[in-house]
Amino acid sequence: MSDATLGMDADARMDPRGAGATHPDYMRAESGLRSWLLTKDHKRIALMFYGAVLLFLGLGGIFALILRTELLTPEATIIDPATYNQMFTLHGVTMVWLFMIPAIPTVFGNFALPLMLGAKDLAFPRLNLLSFYVYVASAVIILGAMVAGGADTGWTFYVPYSSTSPTAVTWMGIGIFVNGMSSIMTAINFVVSTHTLRATGLRWQRLPLFVWAIYGTSIIILFATPVLGLSLVLVALDHGLGLGIFDPRYGGDPVLFQHLFWFYSHPAVYIMILPAFAVISEVVCTYSQRPPASYRAIAYSSLGIAFGGFFTWGHHMFVAGMSEFDAGAFGGLSMFVAIFSAIKVFTWVATLRGGSIAFQTPMLYFLWFLFLFVFGGMTGVAVATQSLDVHWHDGYFVVAHFHFIMVGGTLTAFLAGAHYWFPKMFGKLYDERVGLVASVAVFIGFVFTFLPQFLLGNAGMPRRYYSYPPQYQWLNVLSTGGAWLLGAALLLALVNLVVALKWGRRAGPNPWGSRSFEWITSSPPSKHNFDVTPIIERTPYDYHLSEEDARERSRAS
Amino acid sequence: MSAVELADQFESVEKQEHAARLGMWFFLGSETLLFGGLFALYASYRAMYPFEFHQALLHNDTMLGTVNTLVLITSSFTVALAVHYVRMDRSRLAALLLGLSTAFGVTFLVIKFVEYGDHIRHHVLPAGMYSMADSPPGGVVMGQTLYWFMTALHALHVVAGMILLGIAAVGCARRRYGRSRFIVVENSGLYWHLVDIVWIFLWPLFYLAK
Repeated sequence: MSDATLGMDADARMDPRGAGATHPDYMRAESGLRSWLLTKDHKRIALMFYGAVLLFLGLGGIFALILRTELLTPEATIIDPATYNQMFTLHGVTMVWLFMIPAIPTVFGNFALPLMLGAKDLAFPRLNLLSFYVYVASAVIILGAMVAGGADTGWTFYVPYSSTSPTAVTWMGIGIFVNGMSSIMTAINFVVSTHTLRATGLRWQRLPLFVWAIYGTSIIILFATPVLGLSLVLVALDHGLGLGIFDPRYGGDPVLFQHLFWFYSHPAVYIMILPAFAVISEVVCTYSQRPPASYRAIAYSSLGIAFGGFFTWGHHMFVAGMSEFDAGAFGGLSMFVAIFSAIKVFTWVATLRGGSIAFQTPMLYFLWFLFLFVFGGMTGVAVATQSLDVHWHDGYFVVAHFHFIMVGGTLTAFLAGAHYWFPKMFGKLYDERVGLVASVAVFIGFVFTFLPQFLLGNAGMPRRYYSYPPQYQWLNVLSTGGAWLLGAALLLALVNLVVALKWGRRAGPNPWGSRSFEWITSSPPSKHNFDVTPIIERTPYDYHLSEEDARERSRAS
Repeated sequence: MSAVELADQFESVEKQEHAARLGMWFFLGSETLLFGGLFALYASYRAMYPFEFHQALLHNDTMLGTVNTLVLITSSFTVALAVHYVRMDRSRLAALLLGLSTAFGVTFLVIKFVEYGDHIRHHVLPAGMYSMADSPPGGVVMGQTLYWFMTALHALHVVAGMILLGIAAVGCARRRYGRSRFIVVENSGLYWHLVDIVWIFLWPLFYLAK
């Protein structure tokens, strides 16, 4: 800040368009395809990831709609049984590894985390770009495997079926291994950036809660992904070369694969849900204009979940031959993790109290999230009980449970984030009315899709079956109708955002009146985010300060 | 020798180098879990087949395994010396030591492949290489399968480590790395120590605990 401006009042000293608005924004700073493909700018890489994960959300969604349409009638409807087996595998693989795991961290994490740290970029920009291309390579391998024979094992790749299946399991496994390398690169970048790139005055206790949760996610990715990569490589080698590590003919134990797989894949559930918590924590504070009821409770419970999630994998294996003691221990530990999740839920709800709540689109998604996540979480506690799980295992109850968490939780939070950061990412405002309508439709579509599945599961319908007795049909029809509504609602939300890209009103630097640090800079930010590294003298949730005071205490011009 | 270029996003060279070092440590932690999964498999199968494992490991030559352990420990020592000397700006000496360490890596691989050759001659193979008729009992095969997979994965890491050491050696020889710029040498060294440490666990598991 130059001396000449010191005499003016606080408001006029700051550029009303946000810090750094005098420079061209990151999308216009350079032009040409090359400047995008070889960019090291975290914001551009985030946008490239955005395009990619949306593509795979669409693809996975189409697989889901084909599955649901097939299940409309008890016998054959549109596809044959073999295609059906392929389809649910592809749906799972695409949604888990190509959408759910990378989505929030690589898009909103990549975009917002450096801004929240007051940094110009992530610690290793080239590694970040490499991570994108490794992700693309993994997607190409997985898609190639889909075309070259697919896989019909389910996304869990259980041996011995997976090592003997005539489909392209080897390449599927290799694709997922490569995908894991991309995740690890991103995770290292986030962890190291959080440690080394915090702006002056930005102590750990002043970090936005988003950063805490993404940090926790990254830690899980670092320590769980290698084990999954390893177990799928072993399956791939088993399938391709007959390595035989899980083959009973050579002394192998197929159940050991399940242990290794779930040692990763249970933490992977938290890899998918913690970023959702990250988004939700920001949304709830901004739209109720209140600091979190307890900053520490939310921040530390993320770490608690990250740590505890490593000790619960056995609850996927209650019917795979497990002692009473082990089942009890794994059940208890699983419920222990639920305590941390409950702490978060209660803290978010308490945050609303006394706030001035604005029911804008992201906030509406937050409400759906709250309801669906609690529902999914409570049924999770129920399936962690061995006696109940034996009845529900491998049935639609479990399918409904994890879709409540994964779709009701993560996808809902992803949508909240997509609307919340839209003005920051693109400098435009979306149409609030269409956003709200799409949000309500997403909720209704979701409930119709998955609530009947709880009933189906409880009535005994197994998952992954092509046909079913006629008495299950009316619930399946409800579920299929809901799925189509959900698909249409998601399309509407997407169209609304795409339309806003071109025709939306210009957004100011801080359209939601948030106090978090990414809103200090202009919308969209300039290539280097801030002209100078900001000096932070407040928390990201100081809603008792006026916007001017808040800006004054996080100087960045 | 050129000084470190400070990337835009860092406040100072110290922070930038701290970041590089921290990144390497987290990566090493991640690698540990990769082998951790295999050690867990080893523990489970060994508990399942104590006598069969004994039989499977009888084929392994303790002498060769121990010599390889000494080779790797010596190479770690020369790498540590290289890091020490590059910090004192004696880049040429560091380059020499890194070259020597890479040569130790080659020695390790040569000995390992001599061993693999022996195993193949004596039909000590991973499971998939047997025809069903003449294979030994399952537990024995599992011991050998694990031996092959774990040592082969380790050998891949040796190759990766040698590439890193080679890059660091060339940089030192050209005096790109010196007193004010040695993070690449340090990180390559860290990676090499991981390769060494993994072997120090593999050695007792496959050569001593027979």
